[in-house]
Order: sequence, then C-alpha cells, then structure tokens
Amino acid sequence: MPNDQDVKYAIEALLFASERPLSPEQIREAFSAEGGSASGGEASVRASRIKASLDELKSEYETQNRGFRLCEIAGGWQLATDDRFAPYLKRFFQNREKRRLSQASLETLSVVAYRQPVTRADIEFIRGVNVDGALKTLLEKGLVRITGRKEVPGRPMLYGTTKEFLEHFGLASVKELPALSEFTLKDIDENLLPPELKTDERK
Amino acid sequence: MGYKIRLEIFEGPLDLLLYLIKRSELEITDIPITRITEQYLEYLNLMELLDLEIAGEFLVMAATLMQIKSKMLLPPDPEVGAPEEEPDPRAELVRRLLEYKAFKEAADRLRGFEARRSGVFTRFGVESELDGGDSPFFEGTLFDLITAFSKVLKGLPKGVVHEVEKDEFSVAEKVHEIFHRLVQTPKIFFSELFRTSRNKFEVITTFLALLELIRLKEVAVSQMDQFGEIEITRSPRATEPLKEPYAE
Repeated sequence: MPNDQDVKYAIEALLFASERPLSPEQIREAFSAEGGSASGGEASVRASRIKASLDELKSEYETQNRGFRLCEIAGGWQLATDDRFAPYLKRFFQNREKRRLSQASLETLSVVAYRQPVTRADIEFIRGVNVDGALKTLLEKGLVRITGRKEVPGRPMLYGTTKEFLEHFGLASVKELPALSEFTLKDIDENLLPPELKTDERK
Repeated sequence: MGYKIRLEIFEGPLDLLLYLIKRSELEITDIPITRITEQYLEYLNLMELLDLEIAGEFLVMAATLMQIKSKMLLPPDPEVGAPEEEPDPRAELVRRLLEYKAFKEAADRLRGFEARRSGVFTRFGVESELDGGDSPFFEGTLFDLITAFSKVLKGLPKGVVHEVEKDEFSVAEKVHEIFHRLVQTPKIFFSELFRTSRNKFEVITTFLALLELIRLKEVAVSQMDQFGEIEITRSPRATEPLKEPYAE
C-alpha cells in the first residue's frame, strides 16, 4: 500500500503525462492490483483518497502560484497553464492556436447544448435557417454526436454534445452552462399574447 | 468572366430582423411591421444586386412579414367575435425572435468561454486540436458591411450617363488594388475604399473584391463600435504575398 504522499505524486505524474483529462476512475485503475507482478501486487487505492489527493494538488498549485493549474474539465482532471501566462504561450505556440468556431457553428451548438437531445428540425426552427452544413461541421469536429432517434414519425436523429464540447469551452459539465435567458411572458406585451397564454399568466 | 460570390456567413432571416430592430432601437415586442418589412426587403434587394446567393429562408420570412403586415391592415372580422379575442398577428414572430435572441446570447457566452479557454494550454494532443477552421477571418457582420455598402451606393451622383466598356473593372484588378493600398497603409476606412469610384459598377466591383479578400482571409474587417465606421486591415494571418489565382 503506497503512502498518501506517494499516491498524490503518482497522480501528479499521471496527470503530467496525460493529454486528456483523467477521470478519478481512470486514475484509480492505475493503482489497481496487478496479480503476480514483480511488485507483488498493490492494493487498490480508495476513491476517497484519490479525490482528496486531487484537491490537495489543486490547492498546492494555487497557493504556490505555479505556472499551471489543475482544472476540472469534462468530468476529468487536467493540468493546464495558468491564463496569466497566456500572452507568452500564445506567442510561443502560434501554430497550436485553436480555430474559433464560426457564428453558424456556435449558434447551432448553443441550441444543441441547451436543448439536447434535439432534432435537426428543432434546431432549424429556432435558428430559422438550414443547419445541415453547421451540424456536419460540428459532427466532424466531434463537438456534437448522434444520441439516438426520436420516437415520432420518421424517427429523426437526436443530437447532443460531447466531451470534446466541454473541453473546447473548458467546462466541467453541461450543468456549468449559464442559464439561458428565457424570456418570460411578462416581457411580452399583453396584446401580443395568444388568448391561451393570457389565461396562463393570470393563474 | 462572370463572378459569383458565395458567402456562408448568413446567420439567417431572424438574425437580419434582430439586426434591423436593434439598429432602429425598436422593441422586439412592438415592431412597427410596415417599417421593418420595408427595411428587410431593401436588404434582400441589395443582396440580389450583389449577386449574393439568397437562401430560401430569407424569402419565406419576407412572405411571412408581408402576410403579417396585411393582416394588421385588415379591419377585424366582425363575424369572428370581439377584436380582443384575436391574437396580434405579430405574436408568433415575436416569440421566435425572443427565442432566437436567447440562443444567440448563449452563443456569445460560449464564444467568451472559447476565448478564455484559448489562453489555457494543455499537453499537446493531436485529438484535442480542432482541425480546419470553417470561418473566414471576419469581425464585423455581413449585415454591417452591406449597410455600409448601401450608404456608399446612395452617395453616388445620380443620373450620370456613361457607356459601359467591356471589362472596365474586374474583381481581380480590384483585389490587387485594395491589397496594394493595404501594403502602403496599414488601415483603410470602408468609405475611403470608394472615394475614387466613378460609378455603381466600380463600387460593386470594389465591394465584391473586398468580400473576396475576406473569404481568402487576406484582410480583416472590424468595427470599433456598433454601427461605427468599418476599418479594413491586413489579416494578421496573411503574411505571404497574394498569389494564385490573381497572379496576373
């Protein structure tokens, strides 16, 4: 059984070497017993220990004001540079700069993100334009995926966002998306409301 | 040689309507439908004039606007009960505009996250790179450009008769001209671009050349504030001299 400090720094090593965010479950796998190995097999490390180690690492980097941070992205943990050094990194890694999404892609993506699972027809109704091209781009980039089919005539495909979506925007989960500024009925002039909504409002 | 410009920066008829409403500082919930319909159709005409491909959705919206307009002009039908029972013909459009606006704002916030994320670097991974951008370098909206363009067109001297010579101006020439001007000065104001234009054809050719340069990502178009003067600069990404297909 490795001691607490070893677990913590082993996790640090895993995060350091990983290109993708690592989930606590993936990290735990690294410690899982390997029967008959030279080391004689190590006992599995508890999930709570892993979580505690991650939290410790995160606060260590923060208090030491290091050049990188431990971030929660797409349900996992990832080492990422601190944005106060963005100017230097941007200059140095010019060729690595990610392409910004087009306005059409971004609008389509926002409908998918907030209304998922959603059909193409639903997206088109909201945006008022054909979204074939934008959806295709988003699917190719792996930001959107097909999640299933809607059980209505024609069984249209349903779309949802992916892990790559969360990574692209630096979000831990879709729950982190800010609330959509839903317009309320009060915003609409009384005269503009169809009769059935007017009665709703009075209740 | 015919020159067709195909731009895919259209955000759709709802976006155009929101733009027109915002520009005139109107309330979405109380749109003066006659005025907005006129402005909307004016834009479609401009797009047509520029030989831009007009998506079918823009025409459907034009029809919808005209239908709403005619409904509002009609006196209430006495046989269909009291007038207050009838919903405002604009209600459905208003609902769609508000809904679209909410998603557009959400898209803006995503853009903010994207910008924040772009300042954060992780260990280099091929899979984390989004390859192939689908967006030309474009800061103002297409509508801003067209608005500015319509101003230039309106400022032209009217009733000037002249003969059209074959190939008097070509887009390829104008592309070169704009590009050379940008090599000399780092920034050109949109209106300056047309100062020397003698007629509508030259203005249109120059504008098409500008759109082409935007598409090729050779220039960047930006506005300091909304509805402000549009500035044209060389795209920071374009460091190579302009080559094909304008070599000659």
